[in-house]
Amino acid sequence: MVEGRLERARSFGSWLHGVGPVVGLALLCVAGTLLNSDFASLDNAMNVLTRTAFIGIIAVGMCFVIISGGIDLSVGSMAALIAGLVILLMNTMAGWMDQPILVVAIGMAFSVVLGAAFGLAHGLLITRGRIEPFIVTLGTLGIFRAYLTYFSNGGAITLDDSLSDVYSPVYYTSLAGVPIPVWVFLLVAIAGGVILNRTAFGRYVQAIGSNEQVARYAAVDVDKIKVLTYALLGACVGIATLLYVPRLGSSSPTTGLLWELEAIAAVIVGGTALKGGAGSIAGTVVGAILLSVISNILNLTSIISVYLNAAVQGFVIITVAFLQRRK
Amino acid sequence: MSIAVRFENIVKEFGTVRVLHGVSFELPRGGVYGLLGENGAGKSTLMKILSGYEQPTEGAVFVDGEARVFNNSRAAEAAGIVLIHQEFNLAEDLTIAQNIFLGHEKKRGWWLDDAAMRTETARVLAQVGLDKNPDMPVRHLIVAEKQLVEIAKALARNARLLIMDEPTASLTPGETEALFRLMGRLHEAGVTIVYISHKLDEVERTTNEVIVMRDGRFVTRRPTAELTRREMANLMVGRELSDLYPPKDPSPAPSSAGAMPRLKVVGMTVPGWAQDVGFEVMPGEILGFAGLVGAGRTELFEGLLGLRPHSVERIELDGHEIRIRNPREAVAQGLTYLSEDRKGKGLHVGFGLRENLTLMALEHYAKPWLRPGDEMRALQTAVKDFGIRTGSLDIRASSLSGGNQQKLALAKVLHPKPKVIVLDEPTRGVDVGAKRDIYFLIQRLAREGHGVIVVSSELMELVGLCHRVAVMRAGRLEAMVDAQHLTEEELISHATGTKN
Ligand SMILES: Nc1ncnc2c1ncn2[C@@H]1O[C@H](COP(=O)(O)OP(=O)(O)OP(=O)(O)O)[C@@H](O)[C@H]1O
Ligand SMILES: [Mg+2]
Repeated sequence: MVEGRLERARSFGSWLHGVGPVVGLALLCVAGTLLNSDFASLDNAMNVLTRTAFIGIIAVGMCFVIISGGIDLSVGSMAALIAGLVILLMNTMAGWMDQPILVVAIGMAFSVVLGAAFGLAHGLLITRGRIEPFIVTLGTLGIFRAYLTYFSNGGAITLDDSLSDVYSPVYYTSLAGVPIPVWVFLLVAIAGGVILNRTAFGRYVQAIGSNEQVARYAAVDVDKIKVLTYALLGACVGIATLLYVPRLGSSSPTTGLLWELEAIAAVIVGGTALKGGAGSIAGTVVGAILLSVISNILNLTSIISVYLNAAVQGFVIITVAFLQRRK
Repeated sequence: MSIAVRFENIVKEFGTVRVLHGVSFELPRGGVYGLLGENGAGKSTLMKILSGYEQPTEGAVFVDGEARVFNNSRAAEAAGIVLIHQEFNLAEDLTIAQNIFLGHEKKRGWWLDDAAMRTETARVLAQVGLDKNPDMPVRHLIVAEKQLVEIAKALARNARLLIMDEPTASLTPGETEALFRLMGRLHEAGVTIVYISHKLDEVERTTNEVIVMRDGRFVTRRPTAELTRREMANLMVGRELSDLYPPKDPSPAPSSAGAMPRLKVVGMTVPGWAQDVGFEVMPGEILGFAGLVGAGRTELFEGLLGLRPHSVERIELDGHEIRIRNPREAVAQGLTYLSEDRKGKGLHVGFGLRENLTLMALEHYAKPWLRPGDEMRALQTAVKDFGIRTGSLDIRASSLSGGNQQKLALAKVLHPKPKVIVLDEPTRGVDVGAKRDIYFLIQRLAREGHGVIVVSSELMELVGLCHRVAVMRAGRLEAMVDAQHLTEEELISHATGTKN
């Protein structure tokens, strides 16, 4: 009897904690609708979700890294470098073979593999090399972008037109009225949620972030799990990039700028503690959408200057964190 | 100098669970009071209310006849009431001196007065008998030394009412003696002392009066001199307790008689802690490890599990040579270890009970998806088997009382069904009734053919429970005492090196 009541009280508490970002998002949507009737249209909704997809997919991977007690500052640069290398590879291959579809398919696969490999390198440096994740990824943040700038000679690396025609539908086509990037985002988020909550790996990630020492004593292979979280995040960056390339068909030194901060912000707004231990994929997804809804509203309305976009996002991040703080 | 306290009708609820049901009693000034009760009786909660860490839901605390509300521990400390926690509260990366003055730093003008704090720290460390440099980071201390730092911290606050919540749980006899002498001096200086312990012999020796709580209620108070330990135990549990230790089974045949040991370790060295230690455990045997603090027992087993750099000539499990590079390989081979440091190494206190229980055997529940339903059933079974007392199964481990956390930790290391288990201080902070349950459980494990190793600072426990006891001194295996010669005196003389 008492147990039942306590359980309900507790689950109500955690429910409230969990829906905080959802309530915030709902309020924003109401405000958006009042300010501009176009906001509530299906078109605009799909537009917002498509734009969210890149950051959202990366944020899902970032969620694992942050829950395990780590951080990755390099994801924006990593995306830019992957995009550049993938375009170079596809352009080169197009010269050898006459099957653009195959070339694009190989390029897409390469994107994910490359991301996972970068993540693996991070993980190994952090665990085997015993270097703080902040330092490692701060280093690669510079390295990745510098190499992209070097390969592009300071300009842009652009996809050949013949390939662009084949590749662009990946970004621009809709299935059942929903653009492909949104479908991919949805799949990645579902997979992330299942992995975090319903696999041993996910439990170990939480255990390590909650107390690494206890996890080690409990026979958790701490180093392996950590390496896997970074590789997983790298793969997510690869997936986001393979969706991003067909959008503009090029990569330049400004590609993916500040994505790392947006991804981290999405995770934190979604209720995951920056110190690790616990967090939620659903919250992360809501957090990512919330951030892009803000810029969408500012674009559609003229009350606040678009130049203040980052400021408004900043205020929202701080407000949400304030509402979620634990006593 | 000293102060008197009166609790009036104290009620405490966490959420909707009531853990204190209107507790009223008085602590007249200058006494040494033993506070007794089973795990989860509410002793720590009541003392946290007195010292400002928790607020009562109803009722009032009177200090020297005046109703007082302490909103935080600082306010209580200002009134001279200091609590030494059951669980440590030390910042691992700060030095001993920094920890002792944390939140109460001495200053000269705008600057910290490090010299004064160091001198004062050296003084209180000398009082508790800890011979360490005040500038040493707490991280480098072993558990017992951390406990002494906690006590020194309370001394530096000039307590007039000192509450000690199981201060000796991780101390060895020598340090315990030093603590008792210190308590004697404080008592003479007029400090009122509340002493919470499950070690009834200590309560008998040190206190003037015992106060018994059960299920969140005050039960009775008696002058200590009128009670035997047996009577104390019976008052705590509210029923007649039969023998604490199970009758010993005969020792299993030794390997010299041709039997195969469950675990055999040859030439184990953990640099700085243990040199060339070898031992074996037979199936069905309970092997004890005795020694003073710093003798290297915990470190020996942490080395065995691959948690510390070490070298070893040979490890055999059931006659097969094995290698153990990390705890994961140890579990896979059938060897698990219960750490003495429950909060730092044993349990995820921020996790739920279910997640803690299954962590070491998670592959049984991931097929490939985790099955929370199966995990929940396992938890229900474990709560029953190990007698874990909790209002709800859906709480964090940190909400369990200290003794119940220990039972959960024990359930956790037994969950992967190991062949050999190393239990480092398995009954730390556990009440008499539960201790008895754990002893019988250990015997059951041995009967089932497990090899059981018990590392303990409670000599009584080793004598009452084990077939053989290995005594370590300064990193070396000093003696292997067999069943015929097993007495507390024998163990002490080997541990201190006074045996000739
Ligand atoms: N923060 C909390 N939330 C919920 N329940 C709690 C919390 N703190 C304590 N409790 C519950 O209150 C009860 C009393 O706990 P308390 O720690 O006071 O026991 P205790 O007498 O000190 O036991 P022990 O001898 O094991 O240390 C326990 O049932 C415990 O689970
Ligand atoms: Mg307690």
